[in-house]
Amino acid sequence: MKPAPFEYVVARSVEETLAGLAEHADDVKVLAGGQSLIPAMNFRLAQPAVLVDVNGVDELDFVRVEGGELRIGAVTRQRTVERSEEVRRLAPLLHEAIPSIAHPQIRNRGTVGGSLVHADPSAELPSVMVALGARMRIRGPAGERWVAADDFFVGLLETAVGSDELLLEVAVPEAAAGAGHAFLELQRRHGDYAMAGVAAAVALDGSGRCAGARIALLSVGDGPVLAAGAAGVLTGETPSAELFAAAARAAAHDDIDPPGDIQASAPYRRHLVEVLVRRALTLAFQRADASGARA
Amino acid sequence: MADSLIGQGIRRVEDPVLLTGRGLFVDDVHRPGMLHAHFLRSDFAHGIIGSIDASAARAHPGVVAVYTADDLGDYWAKGPLLVPPPPIEGLVFNEATAGPLARGKVRHVGEPLAMVIAESRYVAEDAAAHIVVDVEPLPAVVDIERSLDPEAPLIHEELGTNLAARVGQSKGDYAAAAGGAHLVVKRRFTYDRGVSGAMENRGIVADWDPVSEKLTVWDTTQAPIPIRNGLARLLGLMESQVRVVAPFIGGGFGPKIMMFYPEEVLVPWIAMKLGRPVKWIEDRQESFFSTTQERGQVHEAELAVDAEGRILGVRDVFIHDTGAYDPYGLTVPINAQCTLLGPYEVPSYESEFTVVFTNKTTVTPVRGAGRQHGVFVMERLLDFAAAELGIDRVEIRRRNYVPAGSFPFNHKVLFQDFADLVYDSGDYLPALDRAVEMIGYEDFVKGGQAAARAEGRHLGMGVVSYVEGTGIGPYEGARVTVEPSGIVRVATGVGTQGQGHFTTFAQLVGDVLGVGVDRIRVTTGDTGEFNWGTGTFASRGIVVAGNACWEAARMVRAKVLALASKRWGVAESELELVDGSVRVAGDPGRSMELGRLAVEANPLRGAVTPGMEPGLEATAYFGPASGATASGVHAMIVEVDPDTAMVEILKYVVVHDCGEVVNPVIVEGQIHGGVAHGIGNAFYEQLVYDDDGQLLNASFMDYLIPTATDVPSIETAHVVTPSPLNPLGVKGVGEAGSIPTGAAFAQAVQDALGSGAPDVCEIPLSPNRLWEIMEVAARSGARPGHAEGGAS
Amino acid sequence: MIVSVNINGVDRSADVEPRLLLSDFIRHHVELTGTHVGCEHGVCGACTVLVDGRAVRSCLMFAVQADSCEVTTVEGLAGEGGEADLHPLQEAFREKHGLQCGFCTPGMLMTLVPFLEENPSPTEREVREAISGNLCRCTGYENIVRAVMHRVEQGLTGEARAHG
Repeated sequence: MKPAPFEYVVARSVEETLAGLAEHADDVKVLAGGQSLIPAMNFRLAQPAVLVDVNGVDELDFVRVEGGELRIGAVTRQRTVERSEEVRRLAPLLHEAIPSIAHPQIRNRGTVGGSLVHADPSAELPSVMVALGARMRIRGPAGERWVAADDFFVGLLETAVGSDELLLEVAVPEAAAGAGHAFLELQRRHGDYAMAGVAAAVALDGSGRCAGARIALLSVGDGPVLAAGAAGVLTGETPSAELFAAAARAAAHDDIDPPGDIQASAPYRRHLVEVLVRRALTLAFQRADASGARA
Repeated sequence: MADSLIGQGIRRVEDPVLLTGRGLFVDDVHRPGMLHAHFLRSDFAHGIIGSIDASAARAHPGVVAVYTADDLGDYWAKGPLLVPPPPIEGLVFNEATAGPLARGKVRHVGEPLAMVIAESRYVAEDAAAHIVVDVEPLPAVVDIERSLDPEAPLIHEELGTNLAARVGQSKGDYAAAAGGAHLVVKRRFTYDRGVSGAMENRGIVADWDPVSEKLTVWDTTQAPIPIRNGLARLLGLMESQVRVVAPFIGGGFGPKIMMFYPEEVLVPWIAMKLGRPVKWIEDRQESFFSTTQERGQVHEAELAVDAEGRILGVRDVFIHDTGAYDPYGLTVPINAQCTLLGPYEVPSYESEFTVVFTNKTTVTPVRGAGRQHGVFVMERLLDFAAAELGIDRVEIRRRNYVPAGSFPFNHKVLFQDFADLVYDSGDYLPALDRAVEMIGYEDFVKGGQAAARAEGRHLGMGVVSYVEGTGIGPYEGARVTVEPSGIVRVATGVGTQGQGHFTTFAQLVGDVLGVGVDRIRVTTGDTGEFNWGTGTFASRGIVVAGNACWEAARMVRAKVLALASKRWGVAESELELVDGSVRVAGDPGRSMELGRLAVEANPLRGAVTPGMEPGLEATAYFGPASGATASGVHAMIVEVDPDTAMVEILKYVVVHDCGEVVNPVIVEGQIHGGVAHGIGNAFYEQLVYDDDGQLLNASFMDYLIPTATDVPSIETAHVVTPSPLNPLGVKGVGEAGSIPTGAAFAQAVQDALGSGAPDVCEIPLSPNRLWEIMEVAARSGARPGHAEGGAS
Repeated sequence: MIVSVNINGVDRSADVEPRLLLSDFIRHHVELTGTHVGCEHGVCGACTVLVDGRAVRSCLMFAVQADSCEVTTVEGLAGEGGEADLHPLQEAFREKHGLQCGFCTPGMLMTLVPFLEENPSPTEREVREAISGNLCRCTGYENIVRAVMHRVEQGLTGEARAHG
């Protein structure tokens, strides 16, 4: 279990990174936290010819508030986000989800951008970003662009970031008044990839009806799955246990076509999604109530 | 004598070196000019080897040599049969052991095909990728119940069958017992495979010194002396030319005693051939394919009871999976067969097992070694019988225990050590009573469970018993030496893998010699230090090696007393050994440090008189006539989430009898670890093979060893019935914790699901599997977890 | 390429391949073999070391990535007196029989030292979560948890030590 040889390029800036990617376009990978890439290399499942190490690109290591948005640099360690007061305050869903990512030793190295670009369907951050309606800033030879989370994840382990491009940062809109959230997942063991999980961001309007809901599911598809059917059931309705159950049924039966693996069969996953969505909505709307009361 | 060291939970003497990272493990051995081995292993579970072209690998920069089976010449030979079958009438046994590198066929994924020797492990792995192997795949035998189907492909053509063994044992007349029974419960039970999961993988370093003509081998083996003996034979050396060192070993749990693994045969040979030290360290991925495994069995069993729940007889027919080869003989299935009888009086028993070959990694004992299967079957049968009879599950056990006055108790079946299964001593009721009290059984069944249910919580309890044959022979030995410095050296042949031998053996010796453990240096597992012995297995270290240490110390003590008596002209009865000195009791003027006496006992002038040997040293051996029987009761409370089928263990209690306890803290630690392993087997760990014999979870990401959040806090208590079979009265404890866990877990989970719940007859469970079981029951009418959900 | 790492206060330099894992660099180039390797895919935690004060899996970093970093391994925990001058957490492990084979122990210690610095009075549940990324097959974790709670209860005794 030793990695195959590769050429190692250290980048100190976004420009150096892009230059490195351009120069070695044939078979190059960005090395961020490496907590998924290096195991794959140790198993020799990944054998990139060149690694461009972005751990020293300090300009992408930040958490800040800008224009009513929370901005997180792509090479920010997950542990930094976990401890960030701004994140706790402005994106409580993200704050709640982060401890579910593996273990502290992994989060000490793992980066936000690395997890998003790796786009593992079981990973927490992609679903959270979809639920939060985040946007991603990408730069490449052709310049910069913003991509909405819904368009960022395009397939299994595949994102809108081209092989010659770099994810710079993610922008998360500040949680609005009347908003509620919940992150729930079921893992075999603490820190494992989830058998199923849900990131829910909901909002109540002034009359106590659901103003909108974004429910993103993990471990049930090629990437994060936005449960649009479930959201449709909720929107405009008054929260109730029956409503949550109906939305959960929609999520489990209309919104997903889950795969099976050795930890969870497809029917079991579907069942878990129904349970988790119901529980997550109950919690999220309770919190939405509570935040409304505080306001 | 001052306070006895025996029975004290003193801190371990080996800990400082381990805590500071200075303990030597095999992969820590660095030798000048050392080369590194890597093995190319079969990707196929079953196939015919066409050709292996290693030319590109040989030409790879940094590669020193590449060997295939054909390159081994006369050195290629099949491995030995370690344990021949016991003398049971009508027994069938077909031997099939593996050569060091596959020749002609591959029979499981991971079977080694070629060995690459290179300047670094990285380069060796690079080169292995350039070896071109042509294997014609054959259909694989995976399902143990289909191994003997006529259409199943043959794994060992020369045997003409996939049958490895068939063994029947019986006593009494089961058919008559069943015919006259009030109730016969029948069930089918399955228990699936897992790995031993030692945190340290296997490894070996070999260094041949052409000047002294000596071979030194550092090996993660549990049995260094048999490895030394075997290597000497294989390599044409005298045993005195080979030194095998098993230094600190990062967990053993059974598979590190497989003699011989291919790597153990090849690495010393290649080191001698190339004249350079060679290291091979198994990586975690290969450990899933190449280190032996255990636990695949399917039982069809029935229990006949009278109206009061008294056992009339048991019938059990089971299939045991030995994997691709059967080098360890019948140890595991015989353990399952015998241990099923448990602490119970079973007047009639009819048991037959069939051992089959499959295209999976070879099976040898893993912590428990078949015992958990027998316990699982018996305990679950009792649960079902109790439920049908309306008898409390604790009560049915109570009614069937072997009574305290009946020991030694002969079950009249043959055990793994080829002797009758005789329980030397035991007293089961006090352990049960204690466990029931500690777990809060009465409160739970009389209201606690129902109250929780009323709050929507599904709690369940499991209470199970077991006995465990431990401490079997043949023998171990020890040498105790008082150095001139006063330091006492103790050497024994067993290897150590964390059991605390450095401390417990020091306690035994120190107790006899009046020397503190800080002045005692124990060496284990170094054939340069001790020449005779077998190894660490079957929960036997303290029983067999411990008694040898104690006896050797007593011989030294006798020598000390004789010398001091002569020196001072006093009767031996007036002498005492305290604080590292021998002295005349009550006369501080006549006292001598043992180190000084050792010097006097090794004079430069004068004669050592007949009957006396120089120095203060003695060697003793101990071989018990048969095994000592440990026993115990495990109880647990679980909470099941009926919506998700997730299970949490809320409370775990163990009451254990391992005879006299040398160090209660170490004993407790052994139990904790065993329970965690058992919990892994019960709910987390399962090797999943597809129909082609490919292992689908060969990593710690996918194969789930329980973590600190999965294992509950474990409370322990002890009952002591000394073993009459050894002077110390001790019994083994290494495997105890892992044996009844699955049975307790299954009982507790089923209990949590409520009446009408489906029968839980398989281990391991998982959330997914438990959900399936519940779904099947729900579709058939009963809705477990909801049928009587008070609050819902 | 040349990598220079300060390990336990000592500067170590070597010319290594970029692919060399930090765990192998520490163990086989620097020959500090207290850091153990149990899985090489980031699950078992045995290889945990501190890089610039943070616990990381040394099997999931390349040695070249630790260039100019400060690395602390288990050998750096005890005081000058070595085995006679154990870190309070090492003492607690010894006191409570928190180790058996000792293979996972260095990783446990290197995970717990920064955890306790950040959270000096954790609950038992928090301790269990803190080590949930470190596998142990011998102890059932029970005595490891007891050792940590013992250390926590001693609080000040531990902090008074140089390495607390």
